[in-house]
Amino acid sequence: MASNKTFDFKQNIAGALADKQLRSNFKNATDTLRGKRLAVFTDPEETLRLRHVGNQIKRAGLNRLPELLEQLEAKCKENGIIVHWAETVDEANNIVLSIMEQHGAHKMVKGKSMVSEEMHLNKFLEDKGKLPLETDLGEYIIQLNNEPPSHIIVPAVHKNRKQIGQIFADNIPGVSYTEDTAELLAIARGRLREHYRTADIGLSGVNFAIAESGTLCLVENEGNGRMCTAVPPVHVALMGLEKVVGTLEEVPALYRLLCGSATGQRITTYFNMIKGPRKPGEKDGPKEVHLIILDNGRSKILADKQLRQTLQCIRCGTCLNHCPVYTRIGGHAYGSTYPGPIGEILMPQIEGLDKKGNLATASSLCNACEEVCPVMIPIPALIRRLRDESYDMDENGVVKGHGCKKNLLETVIWKAWKYMQVYPLLNTIMLKKLQLFGNKLPKVGPLKAWTSVRTAPKFARQSLKDLAKKEGIRNE
Amino acid sequence: MSNTSARESIFARLHSARSAGLPYAPVPEKWEPAPIEDKKARVARFVELMTAMRSEVYQVKGDEWVGKLQEILAERGLKNLVYGPGTEIAKKLESAWKGKKDVGAELVPWKNDVEEFRDELFAADAGITTTMGGVAESAAMILWPSPQEPRLLSLVPPVHFAVVKADRIWTSFAEAIRELDWSAKAPTNALLISGPSKTADIELILQFGVHGPTDLIVFVVE
Repeated sequence: MASNKTFDFKQNIAGALADKQLRSNFKNATDTLRGKRLAVFTDPEETLRLRHVGNQIKRAGLNRLPELLEQLEAKCKENGIIVHWAETVDEANNIVLSIMEQHGAHKMVKGKSMVSEEMHLNKFLEDKGKLPLETDLGEYIIQLNNEPPSHIIVPAVHKNRKQIGQIFADNIPGVSYTEDTAELLAIARGRLREHYRTADIGLSGVNFAIAESGTLCLVENEGNGRMCTAVPPVHVALMGLEKVVGTLEEVPALYRLLCGSATGQRITTYFNMIKGPRKPGEKDGPKEVHLIILDNGRSKILADKQLRQTLQCIRCGTCLNHCPVYTRIGGHAYGSTYPGPIGEILMPQIEGLDKKGNLATASSLCNACEEVCPVMIPIPALIRRLRDESYDMDENGVVKGHGCKKNLLETVIWKAWKYMQVYPLLNTIMLKKLQLFGNKLPKVGPLKAWTSVRTAPKFARQSLKDLAKKEGIRNE
Repeated sequence: MSNTSARESIFARLHSARSAGLPYAPVPEKWEPAPIEDKKARVARFVELMTAMRSEVYQVKGDEWVGKLQEILAERGLKNLVYGPGTEIAKKLESAWKGKKDVGAELVPWKNDVEEFRDELFAADAGITTTMGGVAESAAMILWPSPQEPRLLSLVPPVHFAVVKADRIWTSFAEAIRELDWSAKAPTNALLISGPSKTADIELILQFGVHGPTDLIVFVVE
């Protein structure tokens, strides 16, 4: 979904809620993922301690982010990794393209990378006549169907096996319909192994980049990440600049938190640590490794003490699985690379409140996301902060597009409310008026929208203050 | 291509973000599972958790693994086995295969750069590697691929055999990092491997062998 497309969140939500198949797919999936997480984090006290450690590691890392990035760059160079910096997604896309052109590369095999989704890299490369191929099974399925992922960890979670069988039959030449999962897997395996063998270039994300040794860590179950980073002659890794950690000693705790939170696993099948291109004497591995470090608004987020907590995220997706909104509407309704609670705080900061501020409304502030976040990001507090910034009464917001929802009607109402609370006489007069006419207010504008799914409260005939006076209760 | 101006503006913003004042952040505490002191218990835990992740684990003594390996190869009708010449296990494999015509599976040494070996590798039935050891609480083996034993040996063939020495099984990843002096000594590519390649991308149903090995067979050697 291109980010410049007009985005009607309300309409998306209505559509998603009406789609029974979609709702059942998401309900089944998120129920399962929550259960799996609980099965691996069995000791609540230990889990809390581990989450504290994760939080401390990420906070300490953000506090010395420039130093860590400089160290990472120096160590990577020492190891023979070529480091690139990109301020915007356009710059990052062009760097990838220029690397491909240097090598005359056409076919790219891609491991899962949320940053590449953020860049809309596939579309960009296709427009330039290149062939980017997703290899993570979920990503492979949705690329065949020309869709964006609907979940950070399980990208095709919105499709059941029948729908996937149909996608395969419609899009892979010579394949007939089957809903047998083992057969579907065998079809994908056959196709993809051929692509690994013949690809010109491989691309991956990065889960943790270790500054002290210049090591890129990749977490995965399928082995496609290892294929993409080890078989083709060139490997390009993409990372958001917040993914750097200081030392290898910090990694076991974060890795444990990531696996447990994302898929309810003790450990993933593969933990792949890459320290550079093939050395003389080695018989395999890429001959060139590139690391592209993307900013795309992150350095700006760092400037605010409260909002910078957004950058602690390790992209486990557990907040999605626990969100009462996400589990009902699914990922696509958010119309954004990152859906769910983390998307609600990240997307408005990257793209601006004027474009994506609506995402922050998709929360009941139930706090489930904060309670499970492995690095303890206070997501509800950040959602409230972004809501405030959207209206920005004090004109001191820092997020792009702050104050975009400010409007005369609401400003007047809140001003009036303020005076009512400050001047007792005004308060008395207004209370009387509302007792008489409050229930007759016409349901138009925002009041109409609000009451379309809620029952409007009734104004009492007598105010609490009057009742108390009558009963002889003294206000002390 | 190095984009100096992008780098400079990113760092300028990062530094100015810092001059806005740092929030308090404590020094991170250490997290590590309590060590399992008894070696037998450690090995048992490793075997238990590896097996739970659908790895096949055989506990063997000395060189018994070679015979077991040949048995499995014959049983499953695997036609060849790729190995890295020059490793500790290579000598044992070579001598076990020498003069033995009825093994069935052909022993294939990986001698050249992958560019010359790629097609043969992708057509192979099985591969065998050594390991640096194992991690009990993570249920994973540690692999440090080397010039003798390239990284794709544990990934491309559909069946991966691995040899783990019982006295190199540690409790936790953190402990292994210290014991191996990992930060200083790790090779170009280091790996934790906890089972056969798997996915749950279709309806969250767990399935094995999506890109890498379908079967992981581990010999824990006393």
